[in-house]
Amino acid sequence: MLGEGIIKGMAETARNFFGSYHDADRMTTVQFPEDRIPAKENARNFPFLVFDGEDPAKGLRCVACQICEKECPPKCIYIVKDTVKKPDYIGKLQFQPRVFDIDVSVCMSCQICVEVCPFEAIKMDTDYEFGTADRFGGLLLNKQRLAKPNTYYRKIHATEAAEVDERLAAEKAKAEAKAKADAEAKARAAATAAAAKATPTPVVSPTAPAIAPAPAK
Amino acid sequence: MIADVLNGILLMLWRVVSDQPAPLAALLPALPEALRPVVSAVLCVSPIIGVFATLFALTTLMERKGLGRIQNRLGPNRVGPFGILQPAADGLKMLTKEDIIPRSADKLVHFLAPVALAVPTLLAYAVLPYGRNLVPLDLDAGLLFFFAVGASTELAIFMAGWSSHNKYSLLGAMRAIAQMISYEIPLILSAVTVVMIAGSLSPAHIVARQDGFIWGWVPHWYVLTPWGFVGFLIFTTASLAESNRSPFDLPEAESELIAGHLTEYSGFKYALFFLAEYLGMFAISGLGVTLFLGGWQAPLPGLDWVPSYLWFFSKLILMVFIFIWIRGTVPRLRVDQLLNLAWKFLLPLALINLFTAAIWHFTAVWQFPGALLLRWLLSAVMIGGAYVVLGRALSPRKKVSLRTYRYAT
Repeated sequence: MLGEGIIKGMAETARNFFGSYHDADRMTTVQFPEDRIPAKENARNFPFLVFDGEDPAKGLRCVACQICEKECPPKCIYIVKDTVKKPDYIGKLQFQPRVFDIDVSVCMSCQICVEVCPFEAIKMDTDYEFGTADRFGGLLLNKQRLAKPNTYYRKIHATEAAEVDERLAAEKAKAEAKAKADAEAKARAAATAAAAKATPTPVVSPTAPAIAPAPAK
Repeated sequence: MIADVLNGILLMLWRVVSDQPAPLAALLPALPEALRPVVSAVLCVSPIIGVFATLFALTTLMERKGLGRIQNRLGPNRVGPFGILQPAADGLKMLTKEDIIPRSADKLVHFLAPVALAVPTLLAYAVLPYGRNLVPLDLDAGLLFFFAVGASTELAIFMAGWSSHNKYSLLGAMRAIAQMISYEIPLILSAVTVVMIAGSLSPAHIVARQDGFIWGWVPHWYVLTPWGFVGFLIFTTASLAESNRSPFDLPEAESELIAGHLTEYSGFKYALFFLAEYLGMFAISGLGVTLFLGGWQAPLPGLDWVPSYLWFFSKLILMVFIFIWIRGTVPRLRVDQLLNLAWKFLLPLALINLFTAAIWHFTAVWQFPGALLLRWLLSAVMIGGAYVVLGRALSPRKKVSLRTYRYAT
């Protein structure tokens, strides 16, 4: 019958009108500056640099390989290599960036820098409050502003960070085991060499070459 | 002399507040002869402007809050406690905005259009009875005056659309003309039924005829008769279209026409259009209250001690709330649907309603027991049958069936 749909619609809107006063879970509005909801785990906004430990200068994972700079589609990353090297999480000496800038007014949040980074050094942040009165300098984030601790990364992307931490720990353990094995091999080699020197050498015949100790790696 | 004037003012205010007759007569004798017409006019006009401008501000807030709640949102709540100062912020924003006139616009007409819209809208308020003794201008043909003045707003809208030299403005104005002329006919026809029954074109007299109660408690309002109920529905639908409100807001359909005839208006002129639109809505709701809802009459016998103007304004606000409710519910019509509704549905229904009212009028002499029931049944069959038949005939008959494919498998 004509008008039936209008009556049904009016009833529905009336239910919304009174229901919105009655039950609070109808209202989806979050009154932002006062109320906030935590970011979803898969949320992403702009990249940041991860550092281990307490000191961003010492623990920064970035080795200034510049892959992200080259891959960045809108070219918002700017890196200058430092001449001084610093040890990475394994202890190996690596380059480090002297300048690492990201222009968040250019960044398009594509996450390609994160995908290409072989060192787990750059990750996506969930922070979105970049409001500033200075639209050039204020939106150009430098190394100090970008560096955030691994604990923060674990907080915002727990699953992903756990996986990364596990892999890095495994690599570190492997490297340590290898270093230990090498050290033992070296020690053994040194010992055999010392033993060989201590025992009187057999008559060196000019035809037969002396048995050389296994070269230490 | 000054004491007389002050005394007169106080007496006048007291008479207005306490619903007594002839409030102006309390003040005017204390004034010199030459001043009386001017003072009388100012005293009639300024309360109308003041009260309805305030109501406009309150309605914009109520509308935004109400629509928000209908959509499970909060609505504006930032300016002042619960957002009650939002209209003030809106007004300040409108007044301080730059007033842009397009270079190719017809500047004089572009300037005159908002004025030509606001003035007739305000004139329409002159004939409405706001309370038992509060009629600014008690014309014998007040209803005629109301419709004549209301029809002249179409000219202003077309002036705005034409002078802006913009395709959206012109299209919006053309739509407005088509819509307002189409809906004026059911609007006036539904009002004519009331005129037939009440036997008067004077709004004050029409309200006076709705006095009293049937069986001691059912008010004698025209909306509570079969022809009056249908007439009220037709009147409300047509007045929605007349005041360019959703679902008949085609002249300013945002998704198609930017803002229709308002596209090239900004700042104070835009505010004036906005004001005139809402004032038009209040005026036509006020007329609906006067014609069908018993004007300033109290709804129940024991409530006569409440000042009559409070009843008028609460009914008016109820009407406005229903308008907002409809706006939050019904989506916008297409142009062809809009005109079909007016010409093929509302117009025949209004004509049949006219006959029903005539039968109701002539069967009023029936005295046998059950006469009222029989009259009700007769009217209900006439109008309800027409409603069903028209509704059936106009609904698109689309057969829904399983789609078969002849070639594709």
